[in-house]
Amino acid sequence: MTDTMRTAVDAGLLSCHSCSLLSREGSGQHAELQCPRCGASLHKRKPNSLARTWALVIAAFICYIPANLLPMTVVTSLGVVQSDTIMSGVIYFLQHGEWPIGLVILLASIVVPLTKLFILIYLLISIQRKSQWRPVERTRLYRITEAIGRWSMTDIYVVTILVALVHLDNLATIEAGVGAIFFGAVVVLTIIAALTFDPREIWDNMESTHD
Amino acid sequence: MNIKNLIACHECDLLHRIPRHEGPRCVSRCRRCNAALHRGVENSIDRTLALTLAGVVLFVVANSFPFLAFKLQGQETQTTLITGVIDLYHQGKWEIAILVLLTTIVIPLIQLLIHLYVFLPLKFNRVPWKMATAFRFTQTLQPWSMMEVFLIGIIVAIVKLVGMAQIIPGLALWSFALLIVTLAAAAANMDSQVVWNRVEYQQ
Repeated sequence: MTDTMRTAVDAGLLSCHSCSLLSREGSGQHAELQCPRCGASLHKRKPNSLARTWALVIAAFICYIPANLLPMTVVTSLGVVQSDTIMSGVIYFLQHGEWPIGLVILLASIVVPLTKLFILIYLLISIQRKSQWRPVERTRLYRITEAIGRWSMTDIYVVTILVALVHLDNLATIEAGVGAIFFGAVVVLTIIAALTFDPREIWDNMESTHD
Repeated sequence: MNIKNLIACHECDLLHRIPRHEGPRCVSRCRRCNAALHRGVENSIDRTLALTLAGVVLFVVANSFPFLAFKLQGQETQTTLITGVIDLYHQGKWEIAILVLLTTIVIPLIQLLIHLYVFLPLKFNRVPWKMATAFRFTQTLQPWSMMEVFLIGIIVAIVKLVGMAQIIPGLALWSFALLIVTLAAAAANMDSQVVWNRVEYQQ
């Protein structure tokens, strides 16, 4: 093995993001290159990955504020209206001894989105500071953010099912609150942020020392 | 070295020789960052096709029969899978309605149909028209198919309401749960490299 630690970019190759086929980097750098096998556009790295991920992370943080302050659900029961935010829902479950369910909501709606956002911010900063510290672990952190993001949708689905079921005109109705829209936006933005982030940038800083 | 024998790690870009797979199921990993380079599955096309067919049947049942019913003081609400989406839309929360509709019904359905479109002809040694484009499209949709998360949502909602009223699970709920198991099994048995190897192209 002569090419022990060679990357595709070192070898002048582009790896297809979709089907993994390697293509030689053409001379025409500006032309939009396409994978000859599956037709996906080819890039050395995901385009503008740092700027895009930063923008999405900041947008998600901004949406996370109204998502927590505005109600997720509005319950009307016998003329009495009660609004619940994410946190008041969690507290309700914990106080009524339903701690497994309270824990699920706490994890899905608070711990997962915040962990994901903070990990992405840490990874972005570490790349911009050309950190060479523990790249394997940083790549693993990225894998975690990619895997956990979808589970934040739990609370949106809970609201959807409650809205569908509790529909008793004079006794009780449940409506989705404006907070749910912002929370949905947080989930979507963080999923896109994980997709625009390119973990290979973590390793690009390692290679610059070999040259 | 011929670049057709090489593969680059998707997470750190390191080049590897395309691994040879032996045995029914194996994963080769990047030697630098430990990301999965390739998951090989024996009889991948047969298995994926069988599970996808089962998935289509379960999907139809899950969307046609009663999902959950809610009974309180003689009043009963019957729901199907799509009821929540329609109610959210009528409450003016169309953003969430669309998000839920896409992630739990439309995208899983598109994925099932495209997998059928790809794997059924492949089983009979034919390559369907525009297979590469279709298969690439389902891979792009993958992060947005969230049925398994919806199941957690169902469990939380049931526990929340069970003290307040009577909740009656319907046939669609059971087939929805089975559908999630089937889709997970289909994903675990799918070897996308088998599909890509069937695409003819010019370098």
